[in-house]
Amino acid sequence: MAKGGGLVVLIVLAVLFPQVYSNPSVVNYGVFAMIFATAAVAWHVFSGNTGYISLGQAVFYGSGAYAMGIAARDWHIEGTAVFELLPLCAAVGAVIAVPFGLIALRVRRHTFIVITIAVFFIFQLMAFNFWFTGGSQGLDSPFLTWAPVPYYQNFYYIALACTAGAVIVAWLVGRSRFGLQLRAIRDDEDRARGLGVKAMRVKLSAFVMSGTITALIGGVWFYFIENVQPQTGFDPLFDLTLVLMVFLGGFGSISGAVLGALIIEPLSLWMNAQPAFTGSLSEVMLGAVFLLVVLFMPRGIVPTGGELITKLRTRGRPAVVPATTIGPLSASSGPSANSVSSGGAR
Amino acid sequence: MAREITQAIVNGILVGGVYALMAVGLTLIFGVLDIINIAQGVLVILGAYLSYSLFNKAGIDPFLGLLITIPAMFIVGVVIHWAFISRLRGGERTSMTLLVTYAVALIIEGILSRIYGADNVQISPRYVNSSVRILGFYVGWVYIWGFILAVALVAVIYALLYRTKFGRSVRAVMQDETAARLVGISVNRVAAFTFGIGVAATAAGGVVFGETNAFNANSGYDLISRLLSIVILGGMGSVGGALAASVFMLTAESLVTIWQPTWAVAVYYAALVIVLVYRPTGLFGRKAVRAQ
Amino acid sequence: MTALLRTEGIMKAYGGVQALNGAEIEVEEGTVAGLIGPNGSGKTTLFNVITGYERPDAGEVWFGERAITGLAPDKVFAAGIGRTFQLTRIFPRLTVIENMLIAAQAKDRPRNLLAWLGRDAWTHHRKHALELLEFVGIAGHADVLAGSLSYGQRKLLELAYVLVADPAVVLLDEPAGGVNPTLINMIADRIRLLNAEQGKTFLLVEHNMEFVMGLCSTITVLESGATVVSGPPDIVRTDKRVLDAYLGADLDEEDEPVVDGPVVDEPVSNEGNGR
Repeated sequence: MAKGGGLVVLIVLAVLFPQVYSNPSVVNYGVFAMIFATAAVAWHVFSGNTGYISLGQAVFYGSGAYAMGIAARDWHIEGTAVFELLPLCAAVGAVIAVPFGLIALRVRRHTFIVITIAVFFIFQLMAFNFWFTGGSQGLDSPFLTWAPVPYYQNFYYIALACTAGAVIVAWLVGRSRFGLQLRAIRDDEDRARGLGVKAMRVKLSAFVMSGTITALIGGVWFYFIENVQPQTGFDPLFDLTLVLMVFLGGFGSISGAVLGALIIEPLSLWMNAQPAFTGSLSEVMLGAVFLLVVLFMPRGIVPTGGELITKLRTRGRPAVVPATTIGPLSASSGPSANSVSSGGAR
Repeated sequence: MAREITQAIVNGILVGGVYALMAVGLTLIFGVLDIINIAQGVLVILGAYLSYSLFNKAGIDPFLGLLITIPAMFIVGVVIHWAFISRLRGGERTSMTLLVTYAVALIIEGILSRIYGADNVQISPRYVNSSVRILGFYVGWVYIWGFILAVALVAVIYALLYRTKFGRSVRAVMQDETAARLVGISVNRVAAFTFGIGVAATAAGGVVFGETNAFNANSGYDLISRLLSIVILGGMGSVGGALAASVFMLTAESLVTIWQPTWAVAVYYAALVIVLVYRPTGLFGRKAVRAQ
Repeated sequence: MTALLRTEGIMKAYGGVQALNGAEIEVEEGTVAGLIGPNGSGKTTLFNVITGYERPDAGEVWFGERAITGLAPDKVFAAGIGRTFQLTRIFPRLTVIENMLIAAQAKDRPRNLLAWLGRDAWTHHRKHALELLEFVGIAGHADVLAGSLSYGQRKLLELAYVLVADPAVVLLDEPAGGVNPTLINMIADRIRLLNAEQGKTFLLVEHNMEFVMGLCSTITVLESGATVVSGPPDIVRTDKRVLDAYLGADLDEEDEPVVDGPVVDEPVSNEGNGR
């Protein structure tokens, strides 16, 4: 099938990327792109499936980063052994997600968003003020004795592996009964409850999954840039950037999340590197691009593109077979020729 | 000790009044329009900067300058609504307004940062540091004026909502948009106006905030996180709730500052978490507004 | 014969309005029963009380020997009472077959984590779901997003998926409302078939007199929240109290079809969905 072939090509390209472009400053883009792709897919696992928009993923990201930093410092771990701390980061994410979710998921959707924002600020505050987090200086990572080229390459592959893992998890969730329940909750939570779906349990599980993955990639990020501070680990722009990526690529689809990250992150990095763009301008740009996407392309590239392709492919053929003819006729019509669903809805 | 505590309580109540004004704008916008205006914080800062510039460049007293800044912020609100919010459609509108206003907040913050730079400023007319002694406690003049202003403006808003034809339209839209349209109410206009009013309140908040705090473009974050906590605590959409919660939170913060200044702002979050665990809709909830 | 579904003295008030004032209904097993009444008589409210979407202020709901008053909707559903909604409540962004599967999974507790995450248990559910879709005539749209179905198709989908969990009693809220005559006949047909071949018990709320009189063996008439009369169609259609209730006291000719607008039912829970 064309889809499968395309996927293989992408994977091959992704794997070969740092071999072809071995210049560290180029691979750097790749590393960040993959880090954000992982975070975006993690966002999708919960928010994309349930429709509860989370603006608190930075809570997990920063916590994962700090967890790694604190553990490495206090347990005196260095070098490649630090990577063994990654499961700890993931565990920290999971542990935080449970009480976070239990409180946040009992309220209406829009209040939920606000609570995620509040929790985010709580964590930033804690990072500034707790004795073990290094205050406003933050934490530095232990040494890693890799030469520049392999440094970037290895981190790229690690991040790529994380992205692949996240995509697999998201895909499995998508085609499972669990995923169906999540999407039913998105559509009509009351009705889903009435049909026996244990909404809280289901939502919380997805939330924990999302937090775990994000915390994990936060740990990777920390070790990559060798430092974390309260305002970088808990960056107010992090979540909005994630949402922008997902919306741009296509809300509700895994490929959309990845695509959005692959487009926005390199762009954002490049812009920040230009001397003309100081910090405040990047904020303005992020806000402006976000508004443009949300107001004019609310369904993002993937679904809109998918629909466009479907339209072009099925020009001339009728859409859904009308159902006023029932009985024997409907049995013979088979699955419909095309429909809105065959685009990137998954 | 007791004296310090009482002073803290007094301060808390007075400052609470000012925050109430900003929070009321936020909760009103939500209660009437189902819009969560994340930009409220940075709009207060914008109002503060406007007053600051008027004061420093033209020597206009900030409180007097409200005659200019309130209409100005009103217009800003109407424009924001018209340009961005009115275009949103669909079932998830409220969540989308949150994202959109967040983006607008970023833009405004970025622009302010560009224009005014990163240094902290404060609006400092002569009376900023003078206070009056009442019953043995020192009460800053700014706070008194601010409190009076807050009370006056909230009263005006109430009067607007409950005594005028326009107010009736607003309440109609709040209860049933379709029905309102059917009786000829221009929902868009009402929405834009209401949003404008909610934002205009930030001008007043901005004046007092700007006189009592050093601020810069980034101060909006701290402000909005407090305002959101206050509004959720009081119940989103409940004006009375916003008033009560503002005074309560500010007083609590004021008290905690006596012992632990760095953690004082944690009061907000702790209160938020506690309330949400036991009463997810906040202390007064949505129903209070509809019942009024 | 003891009634399979029975209510006793249900009282329910909203603010100052007494929506249900001692409403009583008895549905015998294996029958198709109808619930009619003028607008505002409390039919949908009674449905909501029976299925757990509302709690009554007083009174009991009996399912066989078991009192199910006040049980949450998912428990009522699990007990074997299925219901459709007047304004069809399907999951618009799930496909038709997925809508069916959600209803199916309710009765099938996953044995372990793997089953929950996996897909294997689906196969026989899928088959059953497709059979039901076939039965109501929309099997061809199995992979279409439910939101893109026409109103009539949605009604058929609702019928199919209330049947998925194989409930003992099916409550249908205005199954013929807003639907063209051919489809109405088809729906009536399907109900008759299920009742005759599987002995399924039905209780319908309807405004369409022809539909009700032609299909139901017992009809209960509600007015102002209380039961006015209950019995076979011939008795009910000529009962003066019924005619008064519908048409006002002056007319006493044969009833005319009553034209009403739909009654909107509100979701009970204040969490989650949409707002």
